[in-house]
Amino acid sequence: MLKHHVKLEKNSILLLIFTVIAISIGGIVEILPLFRMETTIEPVKGVRPYSPLELAGYKVYLREGCYNCHSQQIRPLRDEVERYGHYSLAAESMYDHPFQWGSKRTGPDLARVGGKYSDDWHVAHMIRPQDLVPESIMPGYKHLAHRAAEIQDIAEDMKVLRIIGIPYTDEMIEMARFDAYAQAANESDYHEGLETRYPKAQYRNFDGKTTTTEMDALIAYLQVLGTLAELKDYHSVPAGTEGGRND
Amino acid sequence: MSTLRKTPDYNDEVVKLFTIATVFWGIVGFLVGVFIALQMAFPALNIGEYLTFGRLRPLHTSAVIFAFGGNALFATSYFSVQRTCRTRLWGDGWSKFTFWGYQVFIVLAALGYVTGVTQGKEYAEPEWYADLWLTFVWVAYLIVFLMTLKNREEPHIYVGNWFFLAFIVTVAVLHLVNNASVPVSLFGAKSYPLWGGVQSALIQWWYGHNAVGFFLTAGFLGIMYYFVPKRAERPVYSYRLSILHFWSLIFIYIWAGPHHLHYTSLPDWAQTLGATFSIMLWMPSWGGMINGMMTLSGAWHKLREDPVLRFMIISLAFYGMSTFEGPLMAIKTVNALSHYTDWTIGHVHSGALGWVAFISFGAIYHLVPVLWKKEGLYSAKLVNLHLWIATSGIVLYISAMWVSGIMQGLMWRSYDEMGFLEYSFVETVMAMKPFYMIRALGGILFLVGALIMAYNIYKTITGDIVGLKTPGKDTSEQNKDMETAHA
Repeated sequence: MLKHHVKLEKNSILLLIFTVIAISIGGIVEILPLFRMETTIEPVKGVRPYSPLELAGYKVYLREGCYNCHSQQIRPLRDEVERYGHYSLAAESMYDHPFQWGSKRTGPDLARVGGKYSDDWHVAHMIRPQDLVPESIMPGYKHLAHRAAEIQDIAEDMKVLRIIGIPYTDEMIEMARFDAYAQAANESDYHEGLETRYPKAQYRNFDGKTTTTEMDALIAYLQVLGTLAELKDYHSVPAGTEGGRND
Repeated sequence: MSTLRKTPDYNDEVVKLFTIATVFWGIVGFLVGVFIALQMAFPALNIGEYLTFGRLRPLHTSAVIFAFGGNALFATSYFSVQRTCRTRLWGDGWSKFTFWGYQVFIVLAALGYVTGVTQGKEYAEPEWYADLWLTFVWVAYLIVFLMTLKNREEPHIYVGNWFFLAFIVTVAVLHLVNNASVPVSLFGAKSYPLWGGVQSALIQWWYGHNAVGFFLTAGFLGIMYYFVPKRAERPVYSYRLSILHFWSLIFIYIWAGPHHLHYTSLPDWAQTLGATFSIMLWMPSWGGMINGMMTLSGAWHKLREDPVLRFMIISLAFYGMSTFEGPLMAIKTVNALSHYTDWTIGHVHSGALGWVAFISFGAIYHLVPVLWKKEGLYSAKLVNLHLWIATSGIVLYISAMWVSGIMQGLMWRSYDEMGFLEYSFVETVMAMKPFYMIRALGGILFLVGALIMAYNIYKTITGDIVGLKTPGKDTSEQNKDMETAHA
């Protein structure tokens, strides 16, 4: 072996080629099979792409770096299922580009935070978390309350997402702006269309302000997290448990 | 025979630039680290919109990994590839472009983080335009390095250069695949990655783990393979071990990514593969540590006299420790406890502060007098002071994180007599506070050490007082030693 290795030590291109081969094998074996969707992601009823307002909220979530402290991935361990709810399924994050599973829980997991707290709670908590949870070490995000949500051009985002495989229809893209404003309003003629295009979409004035703010978008996103998948078919949750306290 | 050969006219100007940038960005990165550590203990320090933990944490990780670590790798690889090939660095303009181009990348990325421009992927936060720019810089780096290897006057490519080459080419592959994305507009910052959901998770951690494996390990082993033998004035311990651990390290590392995704929605077979290869990785990692440490065979007494060598050997000890801890944490049952906790943060820092930063400090202390043509360093005492302050800082840091991480993991899964979860989440946050303060103190000590280094280097460059002579200044003799290691 050593005798032959000398050839590599005397030829930089050969050394380069052998290195590339050595580093390629592991990645190919592990990554390529994952793109066979049917074996990787079990289909789950109910999962749909984000509505325009939820997408705007997802963008705020990324921008503020929430993933640095919050995971969105419940592991099938007894305490996690009791604390956060049903363990996460691959299908539930299939429309996240990129995934937001996170790697650290400085704060609690958010995979099923949707519906756990009221909108008012979220608004107050975002402005100053310590008002609700005095020992919290989360930063405040009061700038979200004033700034208009970026939904004027949200259709452009949806067009790009369609290119990379998110099943947004022409109608969804055409109606994006109307759907976004409608979702953040208590009353709107567009609610019916919104619900048809995005089943289970929750529409209301999330932050109570007349304008559609980034706070509206972020709360719309948080309130939908973990609520879409029909988990009735799954019986892995220990009997008699539901999502535990999350504060 | 080597004394007959004329020393080539090495391009040390570009190495000087990278060396200064290393010290500068190191201090910036450590400072941001201390600040966000304090934010964890005192959340009131999250000031306004731009200085929240969520935006500053990527600034810290990128500043230490890519700005400090990256510049250290450029400086040391450009320095040592010239010496081990006995030829001038190829392409003066190209190498200068890699310097300024890389600094532009750092500034582009940093401005993005603070203003909220991010891809939302750990260690791959820069948006498409910064990624594209980095691609140009990196290709130039590969060309400069390969052309210098091609022009070499030595028959063999030295082992340190195998590691540098593997680092450069693998980082290129990781960068291109993980950052494949479509921008929303050519005039806007936002893009969406091609990969989503579970695929994006595995590709991201294939990237993320090998940023550790190739950027922070293979590259820094390249540093170790030049600077430890040089400083100890001894040949590398074992040529066979070099070959064995080089190929096994680069082959196995690539597989280990899925251990970041244990018990997630990633298919079990991928998790098991990741865990298996992570455990296998222990041996090639220790191969590098043994090869480095045993290089001191017959020269252990030098540790008493030379604090710079001490830096390098302590770095190898930390390397050995964290590459033992890593496989341990990759075991699924251990990971069930450690994942999502501060234990991971502690593990990363024993590698990053103990191994990466210490081997870089050792290399910088060796480089500066050679580059600025001084007899030695301004003060040996200050090097020693830096060493012990920084080591104490690391010990405080990692022990605090062990305790807080394991404690939090245990609290999350703790049940009371009635069979209910014993602690609410916020109770586990409250329990962390003292450890966050100890961790911040550890970070402050580490930062103070780096400031002492900056002062020592400044005095060395500007002054002429000599406190510590640089061994092995007669390079011809040393290169001969290295060649005999190959025989």
